[in-house]
Amino acid sequence: MGGMDVDDVTTKQDGQSPGRSCCGPTPSTAGTCCGDSGTSAQPEPQPSCCTPHATAEADGGSSCCCGESTPAPYSYAPLNCIIGAVETPVGRVPKVSGDLDSGDRLGACRVRWGIGREDYRAEPGLYALGEPGTASPVLVTANYKLTFDELRSSLDDLDAWLLVVDTRGINVWCAAGKGTFCAEEVARVVRETRLAEVVEHRRLVLPQLSAPGVAAHKVKEACGFRVTFGPVRAADLPAFLATGMKADAEMRRVVFDLRERAVVVPEVLSVVWHRRMLMAYAGILAASAIGRDGVSLRRGLRDGAPVIGAAWLALMGGGAVTPLALPWLPGRAFSGKGAVVGGILSATATATLGRRLSPAAKLALLAGVTAASSYIAMDFTGSSTITSPSGVEAEMRKALPLQGAGAALAAGAWLVSRLGR
Amino acid sequence: MPTLRYIEDAVSLQFEPDLCNGCGMCVAVCPHAVFAIVAGRASLEDRGACMECGACALNCVPGAIDVKPGVGCAQAIINGWLTGSEPSCDC
Repeated sequence: MGGMDVDDVTTKQDGQSPGRSCCGPTPSTAGTCCGDSGTSAQPEPQPSCCTPHATAEADGGSSCCCGESTPAPYSYAPLNCIIGAVETPVGRVPKVSGDLDSGDRLGACRVRWGIGREDYRAEPGLYALGEPGTASPVLVTANYKLTFDELRSSLDDLDAWLLVVDTRGINVWCAAGKGTFCAEEVARVVRETRLAEVVEHRRLVLPQLSAPGVAAHKVKEACGFRVTFGPVRAADLPAFLATGMKADAEMRRVVFDLRERAVVVPEVLSVVWHRRMLMAYAGILAASAIGRDGVSLRRGLRDGAPVIGAAWLALMGGGAVTPLALPWLPGRAFSGKGAVVGGILSATATATLGRRLSPAAKLALLAGVTAASSYIAMDFTGSSTITSPSGVEAEMRKALPLQGAGAALAAGAWLVSRLGR
Repeated sequence: MPTLRYIEDAVSLQFEPDLCNGCGMCVAVCPHAVFAIVAGRASLEDRGACMECGACALNCVPGAIDVKPGVGCAQAIINGWLTGSEPSCDC
């Protein structure tokens, strides 16, 4: 969702899916997803289309594809957190540690910077945390490893069953939006693990943020287990369970405060913008190298370097300053907030450089940085947890023509400024 | 600190109180406290905070809630325009 990863975790467990680039990350608790509902926005009306497919390690289990067409098989990351097994009527169930080790932390760090997300998938199935018995709660989560780690490390000394569904390695909120975390998939894993023989009760605790994909009443129909939506954040689970599964208003609310935005910003810069900016820099150098007398590398560096500096300024304005300062910036539209920041930064740069810039170059700097910062800030809607698609579309219809005009003005002014040299 | 709010007048959420059975699922699943139970029935308390995730409508058994669910993500909307299909991010 925007938003999304509060996702990760029973909460917002966060995560990203392999290859998803726009979504934000989700901090330990929160997620922002851009990912949410993807292609098939509304999983619910779709027929269940689960088809069997072989996974690398599971023997021919079927996988729900409520939101996807044909899922490709994939392999799972090794779970070093398995510290033994507990005996149950259906056999031995792997027991996981409630602590994160240095490998988990290092992996989390790596994944947040966009490295190796494809390998960060836990094997779906049933796990034991502590010494759970037939009356212990069953906590359902996604198979993004960060999400799973967040959940198992948030439960203090509780004894619980952890039921991991196959979300293709994507965090809870995004998977719910995409339709892979859905009632059919939950019911499938309940049946496959023979959960009804492991516990005496018939209740599943699902992360609240799985609700965009999971219709609770459909789970009941499909496997006989009632769904209780737990809190957004895994960290609130102990309190939720201690009070008889009551979530207070704060546990139900997704927040997008400064701390969460500060977690998201570096992820967005590295995962979403890093490659795009490198391509932009290359394009700038190439365009700068072209002159009336042909192509000159030296000219490319001389004329391109200031433009690259301006592009970097726009990135910082729209991708870092604007997201961090969101509540204090005027208006509601992210594009407008980004334009304000871009305008202030470029005006400051223009004033600082003073007479070293020609009037045309100043105009190019002001228009270009303002337009680019506005676009980059608008792109951050995908990483926020507050934006509605209708609102984003409304602001885009107004902002895109203005951003295009600003970019065209900047390009024209830049060409004029070079003619004078 | 000022509260962070997004564009409110575009929100597609619609609620039909006459169909509501007061089960409270909408309150339980909404991450932005859009609904509350008032006198045994759901009430739209903060429609402008809706991010259109679709959780309430999906979990409303009597079908009292209607919303056009999707991703509030500019890149997804651009992808939708380019491909002529539903918005989808490559996340």
